Amino acid sequence: MKLDAKIPEGPLAEKWSKHKFNLKLVNPANKRKYTVIVVGTGLAGASAAASLAELGYNVKAFCFQDSARRAHSIAAQGGINAAKNYQNDGDSVYRLFYDTIKGGDYRAREGNVYRLAEVSVNIIDQCVAQGVPFAREYGGLLDNRSFGGSQVSRTFYARGQTGQQLLLGAYSALNRQIHHGKVDMYSRHEMLDVVTIDGQAKGIVTRDLVSGKIETHAAHAVLLCTGGYGNVFYLSTNAMGCNVTAAWKAHKRGAYFGNPCFTQIHPTCIPVSGDHQSKLTLMSESLRNDGRVWAPKTVELAKKLRDGLLKVTDLKEEDRDYFLERKYPAFGNLVPRDVASRNAKEVADEGRGVGKSGMAVFLDFAEAISRLGEDAVRAKYGNLFDMYQQITDENPYKQPMRIYPAVHYTMGGLWVDYNLQTTVPGLYALGEANFSDHGANRLGASALMQGLADGYFVIPYTLGDYLATIGPKPVDENHPAFAETVKNVTERIHKLLSLKGTKTVNEYHKELGHIMWEYCGMARNEEGLLKAKGLIRALRDDFWKKALVSGINEEFNQNLEKAGRVADFLELGELMVDDALDRKESCGGHFRVESQTEEGEALRDDEHYTYVAAWEYKGNNQPEDLHKEELVFENVKLTQRSYK
Amino acid sequence: MNLTLKVWRQQNTDTKGKFVTYKADHVSPDMSFLEMLDVVNEDLVKSGDEPIGFDHDCREGICGSCALYINGRAHGPKQGIATCQLHMRSFYDGETIVIEPFRAASFPVIKDLSTNRSALDRIQQAGGYVSINTGGVPDANTIPVPKVISDEAFNSATCIQCGACVAACKNASAMLFVSAKVSQLALLPQGQPERYRRVQAMVAQMDAEGFGNCTNTGACEAECPKEISLTNIARMNREYFTAKLFKEEEIH
Repeated sequence: MKLDAKIPEGPLAEKWSKHKFNLKLVNPANKRKYTVIVVGTGLAGASAAASLAELGYNVKAFCFQDSARRAHSIAAQGGINAAKNYQNDGDSVYRLFYDTIKGGDYRAREGNVYRLAEVSVNIIDQCVAQGVPFAREYGGLLDNRSFGGSQVSRTFYARGQTGQQLLLGAYSALNRQIHHGKVDMYSRHEMLDVVTIDGQAKGIVTRDLVSGKIETHAAHAVLLCTGGYGNVFYLSTNAMGCNVTAAWKAHKRGAYFGNPCFTQIHPTCIPVSGDHQSKLTLMSESLRNDGRVWAPKTVELAKKLRDGLLKVTDLKEEDRDYFLERKYPAFGNLVPRDVASRNAKEVADEGRGVGKSGMAVFLDFAEAISRLGEDAVRAKYGNLFDMYQQITDENPYKQPMRIYPAVHYTMGGLWVDYNLQTTVPGLYALGEANFSDHGANRLGASALMQGLADGYFVIPYTLGDYLATIGPKPVDENHPAFAETVKNVTERIHKLLSLKGTKTVNEYHKELGHIMWEYCGMARNEEGLLKAKGLIRALRDDFWKKALVSGINEEFNQNLEKAGRVADFLELGELMVDDALDRKESCGGHFRVESQTEEGEALRDDEHYTYVAAWEYKGNNQPEDLHKEELVFENVKLTQRSYK
Repeated sequence: MNLTLKVWRQQNTDTKGKFVTYKADHVSPDMSFLEMLDVVNEDLVKSGDEPIGFDHDCREGICGSCALYINGRAHGPKQGIATCQLHMRSFYDGETIVIEPFRAASFPVIKDLSTNRSALDRIQQAGGYVSINTGGVPDANTIPVPKVISDEAFNSATCIQCGACVAACKNASAMLFVSAKVSQLALLPQGQPERYRRVQAMVAQMDAEGFGNCTNTGACEAECPKEISLTNIARMNREYFTAKLFKEEEIH
């Protein structure tokens, strides 16, 4: 199949308006004859479900959490970008577009990114009208801040919990439609497969997580708003339940997977404290505005610190290496996420890491405290300092914080065209679940923007075009495809339960995480990736022989839920490695050791790799087929990023 | 650290539950409370027992999934945090820890420590929103909102819907939760058109779900992980009385 991104012709700024006009409409009286399934109720899912129900479609919404409000969008801290130019500092739709394309290291589509920047302004209006309490100035207007090294202040925020406030807005819109009977909400339901009839998505199979009942749901279209797959690394800043299962099942039903190796590693997370660690906690990037990152100058000093023979506060100024300031005098501690993360790992790999495990560097506020005073620092970062102290039992006002990078976001995801449709007609992917807008690296405060753009302002238009094409004829739930899919799902569950091995699902997950982090994490090379491929295959084989899954299907069984998710991660992991092997260049969050400049910075290879890698599933344990969507840049000139 | 755990085990909503005692040895003080339970569960799975069921997701204190009643207190001994933010250094070596679900007639136990808190969703479905559709809204800066009002609305909006207020209350009242939701929209200009209708609809649903009433003991405020203030309840009462006394006819 030839990939067609369906990007409209014409000048960049007119693409979306022209496209909207060309899309078919569904007659208002006919809308109620259609059913749409939305899986996931984060920012993308809740906003899509509410907006489609408002238009008159019947919506069935699903989430595995006990309430739609608990989807992991809730945990986003920093903010949401929008090209409002409220600060009169030279922002514009074009500038947001340009920053996003450049920040993504020129591996995203111009058309999609421009549309994202264009609708960003509508998102803020929508959220304010819903009663989202964004931060305000004394004059009563909305406040903005500069975020993640951006040169304009375009980030809207709600203290340190912008994600929760935006999600509560979308959730309230969803609640209103539930009240009106236009949305049927299924919480504690997990999607376990997509049903396709003649190659088109016509429904899903779910498991009721309380009773274990396997159910079918038919619809004219299925929207996957199921988030990212960062938990393939075991330790990440994702919630415990975040998983790839919905997207992976769709992939196995014919949806191509785009750029799976593009993962974002966030530099300022609280380091691992021991083997019991279940997840990592992120601290807002804003800390780097005043904190200075450093490590001991020598391996000997680092060892003394680790062994407790020396206190960090006793380390002399000349024994400290402020490595970001030293290597990047222009940007210093504010270099982009990928650069900051990679440098921290390098320092730790040299043996200069600190903390018990040696897997940490310092983030020091001593200078800021002496310059601004402790109260001023508390006013700015108090909640983050408290959080740090709660987790580590160390006082960051008295001694430097310890930080280390952690997996945070996945830019890769299901391949979608301009209409957000996957390669399976009728199957759509929105938000982090798709690959479309962030290229090889996502900028801070852009995830919330994309989730809501897709849900509020893109899918309500593009879905109508497809629905108008297929017509409102009801989907037949008695079609054998439904029974067949249920059979597959049931068999797999029984297989998991009958393994009765000796190793827990968690142990497999941890092991997979180690492999991914070691060989497919911040720095990747061919030798390591090939090794990882073998290790993952062996681990997967072992899982299906020796895993231990407790209990039965017909009950609330969290162990079984997790087993299914880990089994899918074990397949995805190999595809990520394949993708990383194929892309022999470094770009954004993907750093191939073989491709770097003389100074050790990421080196892109635009001649050979200006494409989206879209992978096609070919069957169990079969190599996947690579399809390339060439990226065409008509408006921006490709340049090498430099932060020196 | 070596600990003794007394954990509420209950197969499902319809069966009777009981406390079961477990030993948790070699617990690191740096573990979070839920990580300690993870370790116990790994051992249970390996020995062929059923792991303890409990809700959790973000483990950062914001999703509101985790909800354990520890040693007689919602979210355990520390102030202003959810269960997932509690660390084992808050306990002493050799301690016996009693772990129960959030108990309330409106929160039926699903299994062990996991309860069904969907009543809180239904209260919001009854009216906890501004009735606007996507698109066609005014520019975000059209209506200035005084910073103090906006900040106050934000404070109410920080509620994570965990249900600790209900679990802590001797009447199993959900008034702190409902009042926080009512307050957020009653304070903001965007919430004004439906202000009185909203409070009546939400209170009616709250009563229908079987939550008790408020008798001003303040346990909810003391145990709230987000430290939502009792002022919200006072505000909701005022909103409700105003609606009932003067504006009821406008409600449909």
